[in-house]
Amino acid sequence: MFYREAGQFKTTYRDDQAVFPILQDRIAVLAIVVLAYLVPLVANEYWLQAVLIQFLVFALMAIGLNLLMGYAGQVSLGTGAFAAVGAYACYKLTTNIEGMNVIVAILLSGGFAAAVGILFGLPSLRIKGFYLAVATLAAQFFILWLFNKVGWFYNDNPSGTITAPPRDFLGVQISGPRATPEARYWTCLTFLVVFAWFAKNLVRGRIGRAWMAIRDMDIAAEIIGIRPLETKLLAFAISSFYCGVAGALMVFCWLGSAETEAFDLFTVSFRVLFMIIIGGLGSIGGSILGAAFIVLVPIFLTNFPPMVGIEISTALQKHLEEIIFGVMIVLFLIVEPEGFARLWQILREKLRKWPFPY
Amino acid sequence: MDFLTSVFVTPFVEIWQSPFFFLELVLVGLSTGVLYSLVALGFVLIFKASGMFNFAQGAMVLFAALTLVGLMENGLPLWAALIVTMGVMVALAFVVERLMLRHLVNQEGLILFMATIGLNFILEGTGQLMWGSDVKRLEVGIPDKPFNLGPILLNTFDVTAALIGALLVIALAVFFQKTAMGRALRAVADDHQAALSVGIPLKTIWIAVWTIAGIVALVAGIVWGAKSGVQFSLSLIALKALPVLILGGFTSVPGAIIGGLIIGVGEKVAEGFWGPAFGGAIENWFAYMLALAFLVFRPQGLFGEKIIERV
Amino acid sequence: MSGVATERATQMPEGATQSQTGRKIGDVIMKVDGVSLSFGGVRALDNVSFDVREHEILAIIGPNGAGKSSMLNCINGFYHPQEGSIYYKGKRRDTAKTYEAAEEGIARTFQNIALFKGMSTLDNIMTGRSLKMKKNFLWQALYFGPALKEELEHRAKAEAVIDFLEIEAIRKTPVGRLPYGLQKRVELGRALAAEPDVLLLDEPMAGMNHEEKEDMVRYILDVNDEFGTTIVLIEHDMSVVMDISDRVVVLDYGKKLAEGTPDEVKRNQAVIDAYLGVSHE
Repeated sequence: MFYREAGQFKTTYRDDQAVFPILQDRIAVLAIVVLAYLVPLVANEYWLQAVLIQFLVFALMAIGLNLLMGYAGQVSLGTGAFAAVGAYACYKLTTNIEGMNVIVAILLSGGFAAAVGILFGLPSLRIKGFYLAVATLAAQFFILWLFNKVGWFYNDNPSGTITAPPRDFLGVQISGPRATPEARYWTCLTFLVVFAWFAKNLVRGRIGRAWMAIRDMDIAAEIIGIRPLETKLLAFAISSFYCGVAGALMVFCWLGSAETEAFDLFTVSFRVLFMIIIGGLGSIGGSILGAAFIVLVPIFLTNFPPMVGIEISTALQKHLEEIIFGVMIVLFLIVEPEGFARLWQILREKLRKWPFPY
Repeated sequence: MDFLTSVFVTPFVEIWQSPFFFLELVLVGLSTGVLYSLVALGFVLIFKASGMFNFAQGAMVLFAALTLVGLMENGLPLWAALIVTMGVMVALAFVVERLMLRHLVNQEGLILFMATIGLNFILEGTGQLMWGSDVKRLEVGIPDKPFNLGPILLNTFDVTAALIGALLVIALAVFFQKTAMGRALRAVADDHQAALSVGIPLKTIWIAVWTIAGIVALVAGIVWGAKSGVQFSLSLIALKALPVLILGGFTSVPGAIIGGLIIGVGEKVAEGFWGPAFGGAIENWFAYMLALAFLVFRPQGLFGEKIIERV
Repeated sequence: MSGVATERATQMPEGATQSQTGRKIGDVIMKVDGVSLSFGGVRALDNVSFDVREHEILAIIGPNGAGKSSMLNCINGFYHPQEGSIYYKGKRRDTAKTYEAAEEGIARTFQNIALFKGMSTLDNIMTGRSLKMKKNFLWQALYFGPALKEELEHRAKAEAVIDFLEIEAIRKTPVGRLPYGLQKRVELGRALAAEPDVLLLDEPMAGMNHEEKEDMVRYILDVNDEFGTTIVLIEHDMSVVMDISDRVVVLDYGKKLAEGTPDEVKRNQAVIDAYLGVSHE
């Protein structure tokens, strides 16, 4: 009843093209964004540090991977590697160049990640599906090996870790030991909001359509004039840019310091893959929902049993987590391969009619 | 300049200078290669029969090995444990078909692949939940003695593993080419719905195939486990099998074998002679780079089928 | 299928003829010359040669497996013939890249519908405008400004096509959910959106009922009439072919049996033996 769109006529194409054509949606999203900015006023440090900032970083990465896999249909298991490129690039930029603005550094790191993404995306012209996944796996393993072996990447630090130097933006510390969780949270949130909006714009225009055309039937797409190599490489570039920026944020605003393990296949690549499967391939909003879900489940598993008085060892918890993840993935693929995004759509359909049954 | 020489010149010189070391590396590589082939075989079977890439194959290897060891630790003699474990793998095939495959008929490859990733996690978690996650020793009575064949150092274990692998492969090759069920499997690999429409019982086929893959996984698990202990990293073999399949072709049994051997040998030789130039540990990515090169120049692998697309 | 314009094609000096719809047919714009195509051991096309003249409606007919779709695929540059050549507007077509066909003004529909199933009707038709949209990804990410202006411009054009094909009601429906006949119409829309010079239609009326066929014929004739689009049409419905085509090419087992006006082809003995048969009255 509240959700009816009756009476909301679009009289221009411009209105019809809007991201949120329904007024209720527009209000809701605006409210959510405003609330998101207000969260640090009520959340404690644990929640900010362990959950929310992590969620923001992974949401950004999930959007990146979804652009590549969900919209452009190119399989990638190299998300961790591209994020690592962003992280290490940002590290080198801020430690090697005097007076480099940290936000600029983060954006430039995205650029480096994009370049690497293009390189490993080149095989996509000749191979598809999980053959392509193998190529991205090569990227995943090789890049992490490179960052481990070549000392220049971590400034020959004997421990092999990279630590984000203290940097501020507009006078506020956003990285380093004195940066407050609030400041880091707001930085990540702003990146997410801005880049999510860019992503939404991309996918509803010419490029999004080109990507989906390549995904759905690449031969037909080529025949109507869409150039496959350029389109695919653009997808790899933009997706890797997002992952690179997220990787930089991961080290600078969330973890503070990291080793290559933080970016490995299971910690990042598979996790983000699950986020977009559960959230919904081909949906920006779904990516965010999926990220929230995957980040929350381990937190839930750690905190819930003690609340009901059950003691679970960490090993047991880890195995349970694995089993639950596996079951959820299979369940989602069977029941709703289009993930949360589709479930949300169905919910909205029901909301339209509520409280009437039909 | 130094680097270039150490990549393009020195290794070949060293191979020339120490041929026996080279040969030893080749042989060690062959024995690892046989193990890769065994695992890759499981993949090929399921891919041939259901058109899906079973990422969980590695987890199946681990699960089978864990079950075997777990049973033996609980007092069962080897022969009994083997039978029970085989039964478990058959039961697993039934469960997978009933709960997962049946509901995913004719979904596209990527969805199926991701479902097997989910299955991978379930099997890993369950296996470790049931039998614990520490490294376990597996004694199956395969002799492990070094011996000399002329100037070359060999190991009875590796030779036995190679023989087991060879036997299994021959049996499977015969099965696929000569039997009616083998034909039916190939039909299913092509198109689920078409196979259904000509009366091929999809359900039975899938159960059969996953059982066979499960038994292959068991054999691979025994051999690997006896060699390096049963542990979590066994499931990561799945990842190594990917380059093997790229080289050999996803649908080819001989391809899986040759691909496995090439990767096995390639890794060892690369690490031995080119490793020093790169600072070591290039085994981690050598197989993938080789696969990548194949993907660019010959995507169907050595023996796979070239797909001609029609509009 | 009677009642469509019955003017005969009259012979005029080289190249210029009067078409069924009264349109003047121009010079040769596409020349297929000795094209042979094999897949492994199968010879799909065997030394096929024919012309396509500007503004005409040319039908390619023949039994199943005769090589008709393969011929269109060669024109698109999707298949590369082993022998022979295809010249379009003076340039080599058969060795060029697939996407260049669209850049040269060739649009296509497919025998088994090749719509982008994950997108709506409107989006599918908008993809037909892809070549004409130039703003790069930076402008696209920003959306407001030049990218939006371009999007709206082309949206208007796409809507014109939607209007022409009378599919306004389904413009937001994901095409995967549409019935077969409507999907074919949307596919035609996508091809039309590109404002092509040559339209290759691969069995556009297959599987349609009588009303749908009448609609399709009307659209095809309108497009040829209003915009002068050259139409190359693969079709099995003989009454349609005979009624609307200016000229017909007959293929069988990859070889060309005949080329000429519908009447000439109807009377060709080889064609009758292979394909048409004789009516017993």
